[in-house]
Amino acid sequence: MVLQGLVFYVFAFITVAAGCMVVAARNPVHSVLFLILAFFTSAGLFVLIGAEFLAMILVIVYVGAVAVLFLFVVMMLDINFVELREGFLQYLPIGALIGLILLIELLLVLGGMRLTPELTRQTAAPIAALAAESNTHALGQVLYTRYIYLFQAAGMLLLVAMIGAIVLTLRSREGVRRQAIARQVGRRREEAVELKQVQPGQGV
Amino acid sequence: MAQPSHDFALAAPEMVLAAAAMLLLMFGAFRGNQATRVVAWGALAALAIALVLVLQAPAGRAVSFADMFVVDGFAHFAKALVLLAAALGIVMSLGFIRREGMERFEYPVLLLLATLGMLMMVSANDLLALYLGIELQSLALYVVAAFQRDNLRASEAGLKYFVLGAVASGMLLYGCSLIYGFTGTTGFDAIAATLKAQPEPPLGLIVGIVFLTAGLAFKVSAVPFHMWTPDVYEGAPTPVTAFFAIAPKVAALALFCRAMLTPFAAIVADWQQIVVFLAIASMLLGAFAAIGQNNIKRLMAYSSIGHVGYALIGLAAGGAGGIQAILIYLAIYVAMNAGTFACILCMRVRGDMVEGVGDLAGLGRNQPLLALALAIFMFSMAGVPPLAGFFGKFYVFVAAIEAKLYVLAVIGVLASAVGAYYYLRIVKLMYFDEPAEAFERRVGGEMAAVLVVTALFVVVFALFAAPILDGAGTAAQALVAGGKG
Repeated sequence: MVLQGLVFYVFAFITVAAGCMVVAARNPVHSVLFLILAFFTSAGLFVLIGAEFLAMILVIVYVGAVAVLFLFVVMMLDINFVELREGFLQYLPIGALIGLILLIELLLVLGGMRLTPELTRQTAAPIAALAAESNTHALGQVLYTRYIYLFQAAGMLLLVAMIGAIVLTLRSREGVRRQAIARQVGRRREEAVELKQVQPGQGV
Repeated sequence: MAQPSHDFALAAPEMVLAAAAMLLLMFGAFRGNQATRVVAWGALAALAIALVLVLQAPAGRAVSFADMFVVDGFAHFAKALVLLAAALGIVMSLGFIRREGMERFEYPVLLLLATLGMLMMVSANDLLALYLGIELQSLALYVVAAFQRDNLRASEAGLKYFVLGAVASGMLLYGCSLIYGFTGTTGFDAIAATLKAQPEPPLGLIVGIVFLTAGLAFKVSAVPFHMWTPDVYEGAPTPVTAFFAIAPKVAALALFCRAMLTPFAAIVADWQQIVVFLAIASMLLGAFAAIGQNNIKRLMAYSSIGHVGYALIGLAAGGAGGIQAILIYLAIYVAMNAGTFACILCMRVRGDMVEGVGDLAGLGRNQPLLALALAIFMFSMAGVPPLAGFFGKFYVFVAAIEAKLYVLAVIGVLASAVGAYYYLRIVKLMYFDEPAEAFERRVGGEMAAVLVVTALFVVVFALFAAPILDGAGTAAQALVAGGKG
């Protein structure tokens, strides 16, 4: 128990500190790197409470895809972050207000679950106790077994969206130079290189 | 957690269509657009296989996939109708897409996927399955409407359809969420059980039903959610309009019946008045707004709005008689509309499509056979006995009278008298007016086949109607019993 508590406090402290640094860091690339640190330590917190699937998703999706995408955007776009931060104090009250509303809403949700525990069991597909079933298994049961029909239907829907996007936007343009690998490979030295004997003191 | 039952065999027609769509897509992607014809015939073959699977499926009600998918007599009848309508739609477009530079292999694949969505709509037994079926159908149809992307009108039609369809989906989902919130479930059977246990339905549930009907009314283009129909019908390429007018209408009306009768069988009085209003408004607008139209596709759009109104009378009447009347009406409607659109697709002057009603003038002298076919369809739509259209309207009105909806029946008869004016105006134009420029005489084999089959169906329906009447009767019994059980 002591070890668990220790790990929790270390991870929680690093998460909060990294979160603060995301906002406070001067260099936007550093901000993104702190964000990645925050993601990793939150994944550790998830493992601590037994939500191993969420931890995996956080590392794979958020660190692997989203944060890297952020990094690309930050490095490729020429945004003046100092200028962006100028109105910080001006927007602070409204930002604080929205933050407060979010906090109250979170408390209401958690309070509701705490006050009436039967609420969580009223869902259409109740989740089994953690001891009986790992949550990866439970999610798989819901998504790929119980709702397999809807899952497949959604797949067909996305396929139609893909076909539609291609049909409506893809144009085969004329006069575009395309890579022809066979021609590249079949090219011989004589066609590509011309040797000239250049006399000293004269141009080509 | 208990394992839900998964009987994949029940969904065999859907799986055939899905697999065929993906295979044909791969085939087309490798062979390019010159393979369009092969892909189209492949799609037709897939529809035929699905139709065989539907027809030989065992009778009786069965559910699968955690009660989200239902197969019963009603589903069989509606699916067979949808598959036939979709096949007619594809056959009619074969010549057009070749002539008008629309020959791309995605076209038949998208129609096949839309048909898959329609089958899923017909079999939906859950609000989520209902929504996904509708979206699969609609998304494919939005794309097909804008398929001629260099044509300004077609692009406008596709965009308009998409934006308004998204609004309708929003309303539908809002209704679904309210229904889920007040009953605690999304399954139709479970909702019915919940409502039966309560003496009085909660008010929020009624609001949810209103939103659900609004979304469904948009999909069947019933007044006051019909605004998109004339513009989309006019702007979309003609065979696409023909497809819009037949297949999705059948699926959406079948879904409408199931979504009202299965979960909300206990509170008929609460939704009946909405359907009555939709029916009256659609019949009247369809009759009066079509009078001033000079574009034949726009005219057909208003005509289809009116027809939806008549079909909804059957739903308003409820009970097995009303549902049987809707199914008969839909079967006849598919034949009449497919035939009429086949005639419209033959309206070509020197290689270009014409769409004006005035272009039909003197067709009786220029092309007597085509004029005869169109006259048959127009008389049938106007409801002149002994053609099929008369029987469609007859059964619907009888159902309304049996349900003691006298006002509805009277308004329906009056609206159909007004509607007869613009149908008969076309007949008058064809036979008694000075001839306009003659159409191209070459009609094409597929088109001629569609014309002959549908015209024969319309003419001899009265003599050989028994199997369709019986089939519709059994199907209606199945739906009504499913709602009670």
